[in-house]
Amino acid sequence: MIWQLDQFVLLLVVICAVAVITVRDLLSAAVIFGVYSFLMCLLWAKMGAVDVAFTEATVGAGISTVLFIAAIFRTTRRSKD
Amino acid sequence: MKTFALLATLATGILLLYGTRDFAPWGDPASPASSHVSRVYIERAVEETHVPNLVSAILGDYRSYDTMFETVVIYCAGLAVVSVLRRNRS
Amino acid sequence: MKLLQERAKGRPAGDSLIIRTSVRLLVPFIQLYGLYVIVHGHYSPGGGFQGGVVLGASFILLALAYDLKTSLRYMSEGANVLLGNAGVLIFIGIAVLCALLGGLFLDYAALARLIPMAAEEWRSFGIFLVELGVGLTVMSSMVSLFWDLASGGDMEEGL
Repeated sequence: MIWQLDQFVLLLVVICAVAVITVRDLLSAAVIFGVYSFLMCLLWAKMGAVDVAFTEATVGAGISTVLFIAAIFRTTRRSKD
Repeated sequence: MKTFALLATLATGILLLYGTRDFAPWGDPASPASSHVSRVYIERAVEETHVPNLVSAILGDYRSYDTMFETVVIYCAGLAVVSVLRRNRS
Repeated sequence: MKLLQERAKGRPAGDSLIIRTSVRLLVPFIQLYGLYVIVHGHYSPGGGFQGGVVLGASFILLALAYDLKTSLRYMSEGANVLLGNAGVLIFIGIAVLCALLGGLFLDYAALARLIPMAAEEWRSFGIFLVELGVGLTVMSSMVSLFWDLASGGDMEEGL
């Protein structure tokens, strides 16, 4: 195992998680959440849980991002707080 | 209020990180989670179900009761969203 | 170039010929891949849930690239509800059928009284039938979630 790659992906996961809750634009937050899901998918695949990685890539990065964008399209794009 | 939220988050994070110290090493075959029934599954799943993918064998056969209600939960979620949002404009 | 610019001005933003054509060519392969993931779940990563999500994503992609009416033409609302109900009914029907035929609840080996096969083969085949039910339900749920969220419930115009 390449532990440097592991640490790098983990660092990116933490950065994405902080960015999702701090960014004001909700569309950007949805897209960053998709990036977060893909990084988690990489981590699952690296740990050998390929089924979980597949589910994370399809549901987390595919469907839930689209559903978030659909909800933003019907409501407002700016965050209030 | 924001400093209190930050302090609460940090305290929870430190507690969780402290809790991970007692975890078994990654992929340890002698850890409590993988020494109860999973050994039986790993040894006998292929000859009992003829399914080489162990995850499918466990999800579909040994733990199919779980999978059944997972399906029912997804179905109910879709049904709830449809019954709340769907309307005919006429 | 001038002609193309003038022609593009009449259409709404985000409406691109390249996206439409590539999506139209891509959707059958995505659906084939979804079926492959469901059917080949015995031998490779995948299974009913992931395959159902991929199948549902193909219809969502049609609705995103064209509009909601086009995806409704490929998969009507009644057929979607019917498939979702059929998925749950397949799963629970097989479970109850196993119990009625004298085995335990969800013990696929009891189905051997219906069609004589070895117990191991019935367990393998029962997993396949169950995953098919899961895939149908998940596909129907995802597609109807997207339709209702994107159109606000009235199926007129979507994202």
